[in-house]
Amino acid sequence: MVKVVLPELGEGIRKATVSYWFFKDGQKVKEKEDLVELTTDKATFNLPSPCSGVISEIMYSEGDSVEVGQILAVINEE
Amino acid sequence: MKFQVLDLGLSEYLDALTWQKELHAKVVNLELDAALIFCRHFPVITLGRKASEASLKASKDEITGRRIKLFYVDRGGDVTYHGPGQLTVYPIINLRNFKQDLHWYLRTLESLVIACLRDFGLSAGRKEGLTGVWIADAKIAAIGVAVRQWVTYHGVTINVKKNDLDNFGLIHPCGMDIQVSSLEDFLKKEINIRDVQSSLLDKFNRMFKVGNITLGGRDGESSFAGVGGRD
Repeated sequence: MVKVVLPELGEGIRKATVSYWFFKDGQKVKEKEDLVELTTDKATFNLPSPCSGVISEIMYSEGDSVEVGQILAVINEE
Repeated sequence: MKFQVLDLGLSEYLDALTWQKELHAKVVNLELDAALIFCRHFPVITLGRKASEASLKASKDEITGRRIKLFYVDRGGDVTYHGPGQLTVYPIINLRNFKQDLHWYLRTLESLVIACLRDFGLSAGRKEGLTGVWIADAKIAAIGVAVRQWVTYHGVTINVKKNDLDNFGLIHPCGMDIQVSSLEDFLKKEINIRDVQSSLLDKFNRMFKVGNITLGGRDGESSFAGVGGRD
């Protein structure tokens, strides 16, 4: 199980908004594919999947605010 | 450093987006260190990730009836208008070579525009919490960026010509009711967009410490000779 956490996006950036999920629960994702798009201020940031596998849980919906270090999704590695 | 500058001239929004994605892939694959795309757009309204239909004042029919295209795009920010009286620049920059910091990048773009406007005798600044460049209470440049694999795309639009701002009346720029202005409005004279482009290119060149610049238009031909290189 790999936990995908919100990474550091810059100095003083404590949180970001989930603006778009490229996948849904239960779907297969490959390593480095865009997994989720995050927005802070007037910038969007695409977070790639850290591994290949099946997404077992998406913790935040589009529009939710997430803090750095919090778990965005869990992937069952293949 | 391999740094490519493209001048697309007057172009369709989606054509410029295709160029951005192509050059973005080259920078991600390290075939290029960075690229800048300069263009002016045919009238278009784009809605960023924060936008909703409430960001539009006019109906979609009214907008398309005015021959203005409408697109949802994957940049940050709300709604904005692009037209031929503006200079748009799309920097494709690998932030790993500078600072992996989204807000640093936004503030850097603002500072480059502020420096460019200073070349025209204008004193512009920021507004706390409102990304963009302002002169007094009027917005003169809009910013909205996207970052994939720490390489940037989308970018900055500067309002240059005074007669291209009416279409902002169709939207709530950035989702708010704000005043929008142009270089010509403030300077009370005609401004050549190409001169703004030369100044802005110089600022990018200094900031991102590029080496030899490959100047090229659509066909790889130099379309703004006399600009480029380092001091």
